[in-house]
Amino acid sequence: MDLALILSTLDATLRLSTPLLLACLAGMYSERSGVFDIGLEGKMLMAAFAAAAAASVFHSVWIGLAAGLLVSIATAALQGAAAISLKGNQLIAGTAINMLAAGLTTFLGIQWFAQGGRTPQLQAGERFTDITLPFAEELRGIPVLGQIYHDLISGHNLLVYVAFLAVPITWFVLFRTRFGLRLRAVGENPKAVDTAGISVIKLRYQAVLITGLLCGFAGAFFSIAQGSGFGNNMTAGKGFIALAALIFAKWKPVPAMFTCLLFGFLDALQIRLQSARIGGFEVPVQAIQALPYVLTVVLLAGFIGKAVGPKAGGVPYTKER
Amino acid sequence: MSSAILKPLPTWADVVLLPLANLVLAFVVSGLVVLAIGHDPLAALNAIVTGAFGNGYNIGYTLYYSTNFIFTGLAVALAAHAGLFNIGGNGQAYIAGLGVILVVLPLQFLPWWITFPLAIIAGGAVGGFWAFVPGWLQAKRGSHVVITTIMFNFIASAIMVYMVVNVLKPPGILAPESAMIVAEGRMPKLGAFIPWFKNTDVNFTLLLALACLVGVYILIWHTRFGFQMRALGHNPNASTYAGISNSRTIMIVMTLSGALAGMVAVNQIVGVQYRLVLDYVSDAGFVGIAVALMGRNHPIGILLAALLFGALYQGGNELQYVIPGLSKEMVVVIQALVILFTGAMEGLFRPGLQRIFTTLSPGQKANAIAASQVKSES
Amino acid sequence: MTTDTPMGDPNAQRPSGAAATDLAIELIGINKRFGAVHANRDIDLKIRRGTVHGIVGENGAGKSTLMSILYGFYTADSGEIRVNGTPHAITDSRHALALGIGMVHQHFMLVDNFSILENVVLGAEDSAMLGPSLARARGELTRLAKEYRLDVDPDAIIEDVSVGTQQRVEILKALYRGADVLILDEPTGVLTPAEADDLFRVLETLREQGKTIILITHKLREIMAITDYVSVMRQGAMVDTLKTSETNPEELAELMVGRRVLLRVDKTPARPGETFLAVENLVVKDDLGVTRVKDVSFTVRAGEIVGIAGVAGNGQSELLESVSGMRDQQSGTVRLKGTPLSLEGDDGAHRARKAGLAHVPEDRQRMGLVVAFEEWENAMLGYEDDRAYGKGVLLDIPAARARARERIQQFDIRPDNERLKTANFSGGNQQKIVLAREMSSNPDVLIVGQPTRGVDIGAIEFIHNQIIKMRDAGKAILLVSVELDEIRSLADRILVMFDGHIVGEADPATATERELGLMMAGVSGKADAPAAEGTAT
Repeated sequence: MDLALILSTLDATLRLSTPLLLACLAGMYSERSGVFDIGLEGKMLMAAFAAAAAASVFHSVWIGLAAGLLVSIATAALQGAAAISLKGNQLIAGTAINMLAAGLTTFLGIQWFAQGGRTPQLQAGERFTDITLPFAEELRGIPVLGQIYHDLISGHNLLVYVAFLAVPITWFVLFRTRFGLRLRAVGENPKAVDTAGISVIKLRYQAVLITGLLCGFAGAFFSIAQGSGFGNNMTAGKGFIALAALIFAKWKPVPAMFTCLLFGFLDALQIRLQSARIGGFEVPVQAIQALPYVLTVVLLAGFIGKAVGPKAGGVPYTKER
Repeated sequence: MSSAILKPLPTWADVVLLPLANLVLAFVVSGLVVLAIGHDPLAALNAIVTGAFGNGYNIGYTLYYSTNFIFTGLAVALAAHAGLFNIGGNGQAYIAGLGVILVVLPLQFLPWWITFPLAIIAGGAVGGFWAFVPGWLQAKRGSHVVITTIMFNFIASAIMVYMVVNVLKPPGILAPESAMIVAEGRMPKLGAFIPWFKNTDVNFTLLLALACLVGVYILIWHTRFGFQMRALGHNPNASTYAGISNSRTIMIVMTLSGALAGMVAVNQIVGVQYRLVLDYVSDAGFVGIAVALMGRNHPIGILLAALLFGALYQGGNELQYVIPGLSKEMVVVIQALVILFTGAMEGLFRPGLQRIFTTLSPGQKANAIAASQVKSES
Repeated sequence: MTTDTPMGDPNAQRPSGAAATDLAIELIGINKRFGAVHANRDIDLKIRRGTVHGIVGENGAGKSTLMSILYGFYTADSGEIRVNGTPHAITDSRHALALGIGMVHQHFMLVDNFSILENVVLGAEDSAMLGPSLARARGELTRLAKEYRLDVDPDAIIEDVSVGTQQRVEILKALYRGADVLILDEPTGVLTPAEADDLFRVLETLREQGKTIILITHKLREIMAITDYVSVMRQGAMVDTLKTSETNPEELAELMVGRRVLLRVDKTPARPGETFLAVENLVVKDDLGVTRVKDVSFTVRAGEIVGIAGVAGNGQSELLESVSGMRDQQSGTVRLKGTPLSLEGDDGAHRARKAGLAHVPEDRQRMGLVVAFEEWENAMLGYEDDRAYGKGVLLDIPAARARARERIQQFDIRPDNERLKTANFSGGNQQKIVLAREMSSNPDVLIVGQPTRGVDIGAIEFIHNQIIKMRDAGKAILLVSVELDEIRSLADRILVMFDGHIVGEADPATATERELGLMMAGVSGKADAPAAEGTAT
């Protein structure tokens, strides 16, 4: 493979990793606070639809993004109400959110736009376009480094940069702020947080709403950045790959980024190659598709390291006698 | 925490009133959505009911959908009794098709009443295996069964695409599907015997579903294993104390659960399609979650809930022809709301209902006080 | 809100002129109900500044509830709290902390995978950024460590340090928040005797420095050793407050229980027969991989009750769970009538039962019962494989219910309804359900853990008599209890367990409480009786 091919594969990797990374970081906030979230997929789908619908109706990418974020946050609030206030089963709440999103987006899409569930094709100004970073053109001529800067680093849409910026921000929030300390504590031992005079409920809501916000960005990426409009079930299980990445990264931001890049790379690879040959064996493209899931299962089984999530995860907090 | 003394609900309120209240709420919210987009919710409801029960054709299809939902509902419910959340019904039902088709195609020249039981065994075995592995991982390696079954759904999907496209697709056929079973080997549908159901997909697998309902009922409440399984589900420490092998029980329950989900493949392949196509499960596994929650994990409840969702799916199909613009996805919304309200937002109605029941009679109040005293004593 | 000592500056002297009272805390007419349970009724309590004030009472007497109200974890239904003479409505624990009231909970409120420093800072951060808070806390910890002799490594992770150190962290947390009044809830329950001594030294230093300490305990020895005043609670009410120097353990015990304490059980001398249960060189680890039972050997003969005494947490639970087949052993042998039991795997308890070993577990709700089951279902839990309960794979439900009804009569279980959910039975009746089940299986060996924990007095007598009856029927009985009185009145032989070892054997007829207490504390009572002596039969 020559450099151009490698760069274009890596370029695709960045793009394909972006929604995974956003959703993965989203899940990190919720799960670190002790709320399991298998509803990442649903929130992304809701956001993708809302963003495309609003962008197309109001002819503004920004209104689209705002709508996507709002709807995703509202969905997260609903999920939070069930999982936190009503002390419902967090897994079932997530399942319900996924199903609600699948049904509602298609139903409303058909109803509003009459294109079989698709939203109208977005025009310029209604979607995020690729940004050329400063000096990209000028530096292009420099071998390797310039090429990397021009082909790989530059030339992505805004949300790609948002996603990768969210990594250090999340790291900082989790490990260098008061909020992060409390968030990590509430996922491990909510009673310790409660007896320290901090509201467990409030903390968990804050976490879940941040999850909603980041899922909003991830969803918007699908419909108004990478794509130009919403299509049925366009998140296509990426929310679950993000969940797998979260487990694989053991709920840590920087490993999360590398895991998402790996999964994104696998995705880029299977799009590029119809099949790959490894050591004379034909590796079917489906095997590459399934690899993130298989890797996660293997990790969960403790065959390579051990993934232990936040201890209080999945359990609603009740102030006991 | 709360100073009010609330008595646990009477059983009938718990199993009938509460699910009904949640169902009504789900319908009301869906109705509001319909209203908000400018349609008449009552007309929509009418269209759904007519579409589901209007004539023999409608009922036949309703029963066909219900057949699938009984299987997946039972799969979820059985696991739930052992304290396990099997969210992988879809994958188990899907991959079971591999077993079914691999048994049925080579034997297609035999009469259907020989291949049908073999298909049941093959589908059950493969579906069961697909749930056994997560069960084994949970029991022996401590991996959370919810996450592994989700992952297994996607892995199943990849395997099936590969198998259908690269292995099972006969040369010369463009569509991604296996060869058809020859006409002589196909199981007749119920319409062949009952004219009412003419041209519908309901078939003998419905009887299998009914038998499974009875079988699961006996298993849960009338066998030693069912007892052990429920002990595990309620209190794993107590089951260890009782000498019940929790790991063995988890693996058996998951296998049985997957086998039940695998029966969807029998219904679809032997009963309806006569070949293996892609994505034939169409989320029946997830509907099973709603069915089990709504049916309170009891076979009778599951039967009723499966009929309800069968009717909703069939009615939803007809809905789009009656009221243009209203699509069958309406049903998915209702189903999601049912799961949300009955499964995750029980706290919405239960305290209120308890309050009503507690204040209904002074005698009950005294009982409630006695009960709460007992609870806090130790 | 308060004129109390500024946070984290214990050098500032207690307000001397400002407060016209030498009372740090006054509780007046406190009432608290949980549902129908009147956990605290009309409690009055005065705590003098600069003293160690003990609060004693049996389990469920309302001590912890009262302190949780003072600490703001619960709000009282009625009553007044005065801190340094000023009434305050303490709404939450943050408020209590601001008033200088800190609490060290029985179960530590620590985040296991955080460092000590992070745990100290949690909830008391100075600003949104963590850096400055951590830096300041590090300095403060060094100072507090010096002042109160509370050395810890701020960067150690909680799950890596000893229980004693974790408790220091809890105390440091409270001091860091500027606590002048420190509430300790059963602080020695989880400590080794050496650690407990350390704790008492720390408490003395704290008192010297002018802190007020409230010590909740049910151990009279601790009260006598460390407190200046002691208040006794019983059934939610405050019985009396005394000067420790003017009272004695007997008087306190009587006040606690409200009757003469010595439990009298009518029993004839034991007539031990052949050895039924033999435990040889047993080694057992707990869930965290810590070795809790260290090379323990003993025997129990037919027709005798062997009691294992000891402070909770010295390996008794793991011993019980291992011998009954619930927990795998690292090494050693358990023999039943000479035959080694194979107890490995997660169904070891099944094979133990089959061999004739029945087990009444320490914690009936956590282990012995499925409280969501109906009574008759629990009446066969663990025995559901018996032929009496059905043929083949099927259960014979009418037969199971009939058997359950018989036992309800036999053991006087109330209400006499086998279809009632087990959760709706009282603690004593739940215990009878377990006892009835295990005794009716006609085992050779019966292992009983904490048979009367949380059981009402009427039921205690019945349960004790049933255990004696089993003994007289020629069964071998192994009894584990943290209630020394119970051991002394029931057992024919007493083995004392300390730090995973059997440290001594005593004859209940002749051993004094003092001797047993010393052994339980790890100080050998009888001239360094070697552990091996416990095995002699």
